Amino acid sequence: MTAVLSVQGLQVAIGKGAQAANVLRGVSLAVQPGEVRGLVGESGAGKSMLGRAVLGLLPANAGITAGSISFAGRDLFAMGEPERRALLGRSIALIPQDPMTSLNPVKRVGDQIALVLRHHLALSRRDALNRAVELLTEVAIRDPRRVLGLYPHEISGGMRQRVLIAMAFACDPALVIADEPTTALDVTVQRQVLQLVERLRLRHGAAVLFVTHDLGVVAKLCRTMTVLHAGRVLEEGETAEVLARPRHPYTRALLAATPRADRPAEALRPVPPALIESLWSEAHRLDRLAVVGRS
Amino acid sequence: MSDILLRTGGLSFGYPERAGLFRRPRLREVLRQIDLAVPRGSVLGLVGESGSGKTTLCRLMVRLLEPTSGGIQFDGVEIGHLNEVEMRPLRARIQMIFQDPQSSLNPRLRLGVTLTRPLQVHGRLKGRRDRRDRAAALLDLVGLPTGFVDRYPHELSGGQRQRAGIARALALQPDFIVADEIVSGLDVSTQAHILLLLKDLRARLGLTLVFISHDLSVVRVLCDDVAILQHGDLVEYGAVARIFASPQHAYTRQLLAAIPLPDVEPGWLEDPSPFVAHQQGSAA
Repeated sequence: MTAVLSVQGLQVAIGKGAQAANVLRGVSLAVQPGEVRGLVGESGAGKSMLGRAVLGLLPANAGITAGSISFAGRDLFAMGEPERRALLGRSIALIPQDPMTSLNPVKRVGDQIALVLRHHLALSRRDALNRAVELLTEVAIRDPRRVLGLYPHEISGGMRQRVLIAMAFACDPALVIADEPTTALDVTVQRQVLQLVERLRLRHGAAVLFVTHDLGVVAKLCRTMTVLHAGRVLEEGETAEVLARPRHPYTRALLAATPRADRPAEALRPVPPALIESLWSEAHRLDRLAVVGRS
Repeated sequence: MSDILLRTGGLSFGYPERAGLFRRPRLREVLRQIDLAVPRGSVLGLVGESGSGKTTLCRLMVRLLEPTSGGIQFDGVEIGHLNEVEMRPLRARIQMIFQDPQSSLNPRLRLGVTLTRPLQVHGRLKGRRDRRDRAAALLDLVGLPTGFVDRYPHELSGGQRQRAGIARALALQPDFIVADEIVSGLDVSTQAHILLLLKDLRARLGLTLVFISHDLSVVRVLCDDVAILQHGDLVEYGAVARIFASPQHAYTRQLLAAIPLPDVEPGWLEDPSPFVAHQQGSAA
C-alpha cells in the first residue's frame, strides 16, 4: 500500500545565511490511506510547520533545506506548480486552527463553501450551493439554507469551525491536515467537533494528520501518533501502545505533567527543566554537526 | 474576624439593553442569584464555558463591576456599592492575575518597574534602591532569577511571563487574589509548574484564591471547592473531592464526560452528545 503522505528527512529553516534557525531537523513520517495520525508537540516543536510545509503554506521567511514530501507516491517538489495547486484544497485539505480568522468576514458562508466546489469541481453556482447545503447538514448544522446566507460574524465559534470542517471535506480529499482545530473551543463543543471529524473522515474515506498539543485529543481520535520536540521525532507508534508504555522520557514526562480530572492532585509531576534543556542542546548539537558536515 | 473572607449573597448582574429608542432599557441578566462563601486560605475554582458568566463574576468580586442586585462582603464589609474612594484601601488587599501575560505586561517597561508599579501607586516605595530590592524579592518569590529586573517582557518565555504576572499581583501582599484562566494558554510542561507554584504560594503566604478555568482537570489540581456556572446560573457548588466523586447536576456530568483523558477509549467518539443528536434529528 502506498502511503498517502510520506515525509522523508524534512528540514525547514527560518531566516537566511548565518541567521538561519532550524525548525524541523530531519523529520520522517508516513500516513497510510484512511489512517488518523496525531502529531503531538508543545509550542516550538515544529508541528504546525510540518503541516504547513505539506500544504506549501510555509511563511515567506521559511524554506525547506533538505528532504522530500510525497503525496500518494508523487514527489510534491518534483511536480509542476499547476499540478501541485490542483492537489491542494482538493486532495489535500486543511482544517485551520483559528475559526475566528479563517473565514472571509465580508463574504457569506454559502459563497465561501461554493467557491471551493466551483474552483475544484467546476460545479455551477446553483449546484455548488445545493452541495453546500448537504455538506452543512453533514456537519450537523440546523437550517443549513439559512446559514448559507449568513456572514461569519453572525454564527458562533463552534459553528464556524463546523463550516471549516465542511469546506475541508467538500472535495472528498485523500488527506486532511487538521491544525489544532479545537484549541479555541469549549470542552463540550470540542467533543462535538472531534465526533464530526471522525464521522466525516469515515464517510469520505480520508486520512487525517491531526496536529495538537493535547494528549487527550490524540488518545480519543488518533490510532497512531508521532511525538515531536525541537523539530525532531522522539517517538511514534500505535496510540494505545505509546500512551500505555511510552519509551521516550519526554513522552513519559508529558503524560505525568498532564492534569487529569480522574486523579487526585498529588499525581501531577511537572516536566523536569533539565530534560527540556538536554533535548534542546541535543538538537543544537545536531545543527552544528550538519554545518560542519557541509563545509 | 470571620472565617469567610469573601461572601456573595443573591449576587446578580445585568447589562441594560434597549428594545427601542423610546422604550425603557431592560436588564439582560448574565448572572443570577449567586451565593458563594470563600473561606480564608482556601481556593475556589470557578468553572464554566463561554457565556457562563464566570468572567463577569470575577469582575464583580474585584469590584470592576457593580452588582445590579445582591451583595458582596469582603472580610465582613459590604463592598457591593462602595465608590472608588471608599474602595481604595481595599484595592491593595484584592488583586487579580490576568489570562494573557503577553498583553497585561507593558512591553516598554522593564520588569522591575512593572512589578513595583502597584507599590508606587499605593505610595509604598522609598526611592530607587527600594524599588530594585522589592522587585528582586518578588521575582525570587515566584522562582524567577533576580537579574530579570532589567528584562523586558518580550525577553521572557510564556511561563516566565505568567510568573511575572503572579509576582505583580503579590506586590501589595494581598490576602485575596482572583486568577482568570491563567494557565489556559500555556504548554503542558509549563502549566504544571505554574499550578504547583500557586499551590506553594498559597501555603506559604496564606492566600485566598479564586481560580477561574474552563478546565476541570486543572481545577482538581489546585482547588478545595468548585462552583460550576452555566448560562449565568450556579448549577453545582461544593468540595472538589465530593463533586469529582459524585457530580449531581447533569451539566457537571456532561462537562466531566467531555474532557478527553489521555487513555484510549473506543466509543468515546461514537457516543453522540445530546446536542449533536438533537441536531441530526432536525436535519434528517
